[in-house]
Amino acid sequence: MTPDAAIRARFQVIWPRFTLDIDLTLPGRGVTALFGHSGSGKTTLLRCLAGLERHCVGLLHFKGEIWQDSERGIFRPTHQRPLGYVFQEASLFPHLSVQKNLDYGRTRVNHAHKVSLEDVVELLGIAHLLDRMPDRLSGGERQRVAIARSLATSPELLLMDEPLAALDLKRKNEILPYLERLRDELDIPVCYVSHSPDEVARLADHIVLLAEGRVVAAGGLRETLARLDLPTAFTEDAGVVIEAVVASHDEAYHLTRLDFPGGSVVVARRPEAIGRQLRFRIYARDVSLTLTRAEGTSIINLLSATVTEVADADTPAHVLVQLDVGGTPLIARITRRSRDHLHLAPGQPLWAQIKAVALLA
Amino acid sequence: MLSAVDLAAIWLTIKLATITTAILLIVGTPIAWWLARTRSRFKGLIGAIVALPLVLPPTVLGFYLLITLGPHGPVGQFTQWLGIGLLPFTFAGLVVASVFYSLPFVVQPLQLAFEAIGPRPLEVAATLRAGPWNSFFTVVIPLAKPGFITAAILGFTHTIGEFGVVLMIGGNIPEKTRVVSVQIYDHVEALEYAEAHVLAGGLLLFSFLVLLALYSRKGTRVWQ
Repeated sequence: MTPDAAIRARFQVIWPRFTLDIDLTLPGRGVTALFGHSGSGKTTLLRCLAGLERHCVGLLHFKGEIWQDSERGIFRPTHQRPLGYVFQEASLFPHLSVQKNLDYGRTRVNHAHKVSLEDVVELLGIAHLLDRMPDRLSGGERQRVAIARSLATSPELLLMDEPLAALDLKRKNEILPYLERLRDELDIPVCYVSHSPDEVARLADHIVLLAEGRVVAAGGLRETLARLDLPTAFTEDAGVVIEAVVASHDEAYHLTRLDFPGGSVVVARRPEAIGRQLRFRIYARDVSLTLTRAEGTSIINLLSATVTEVADADTPAHVLVQLDVGGTPLIARITRRSRDHLHLAPGQPLWAQIKAVALLA
Repeated sequence: MLSAVDLAAIWLTIKLATITTAILLIVGTPIAWWLARTRSRFKGLIGAIVALPLVLPPTVLGFYLLITLGPHGPVGQFTQWLGIGLLPFTFAGLVVASVFYSLPFVVQPLQLAFEAIGPRPLEVAATLRAGPWNSFFTVVIPLAKPGFITAAILGFTHTIGEFGVVLMIGGNIPEKTRVVSVQIYDHVEALEYAEAHVLAGGLLLFSFLVLLALYSRKGTRVWQ
């Protein structure tokens, strides 16, 4: 176990048409995205962590405590686990006001509250909703109350099951900033189930890729997304996530420079102040490679890089090339013909041309 | 307009229906909960047994209850052994019979209400530290309130309307087992149509008003 490993989970769920079989170590802080297509077992895994799945056998250690050990007949029921759970649909109690919904869990916690209700209400911006009944709230407001309700119990582990999936894009964008604040201000591990690459790229620090009830890859978001050996299902949208700092604004051309370890990119003017952290995504398909620094091109983002690995892509026509840009990994998706044409091999220095930078904010 | 005998019958009927409804809510709730949540293979069997009084002639139910509660029946011997004597032709016997007779009218609305709630609210409650009993009282009962109201009304009115079982198990003893429906029968037998009209009309009006209230109620609040 790594030093910051807090959750050790080994689960088996065997249903007639689905089997979950995983053995995982999850970090004790930060957001871990459980990512996969529908039917990959991510929600089942989350329910096993919560103790909601009664057919789940295995082992679960949380920060030194045993929550489940089927061999020894140990199973701590859900209501005795210090966790918060946010369901896909908000699941507020319809017979209770927002305030009473918030109080429901909070008043049942015996130990001292590490999180004050005022802070939670402020964090999620729901102070003006406290007296309302759930049926008088919008979908986004309901989900914010549901998140606040789970946080109000001062959980030691927060489990979120696609909390944005039931919402339209507008509501999603309304909640995402709150989730980012949550990630930055909470000191507890968060497991976040999602099938949206954008949500994962924006929120996660760690990622667990699931397919057909098994763990395909797990690790830090940056390193894991830069891997070339992921199953093809995950390589269609292959790309890396880079954490950068707003370095300078060019008011004349209305551009912003973002610095990251090993390089920088220029994007259209951002509203964020200098020094702010920003995440962006570079899709492999938006990266092209040249052996010499291209002159006379309209592409402004050119990064000096070294080839570290070349692997097959999702189609026979393409290959994925993993690059190292001064410590930051990058992936390019180019044709097999181009690979042979350029004689690409590990260790080769070249230039990566970035056609598009997708900012995640 | 109402004689003392009529008034006694009305009072006895209300007493019977109230006690029966109270017992049914206590007995019916766990049965309905079990039926709504179980995956046991005995679910069909228990459900069918509970529903039997819906289709059986009351005389059949009354007949078997009479035998079971009677001096040679197992329950009868047990009650004698306990020293409380025999239940047939007593008010207590009437209550026991009414509970069986009206059981489906209480269990089924409750079962429907519990099924409509589904497992999710209980899971939510569990993640908010509420144990099973706690969440039953703070989440299930409030959410199933319309079901409880329906169950109580149907149990109460159905007990008031019973006749066959009363005759079989209770007989016709003034102030003990002579309820309104039996009293109406007596009036008609004695050709006292005016007196029968008062009681029958009253029962008709009562039943209609109760059902009117029941069916005019707004729908169950939807789970968010």
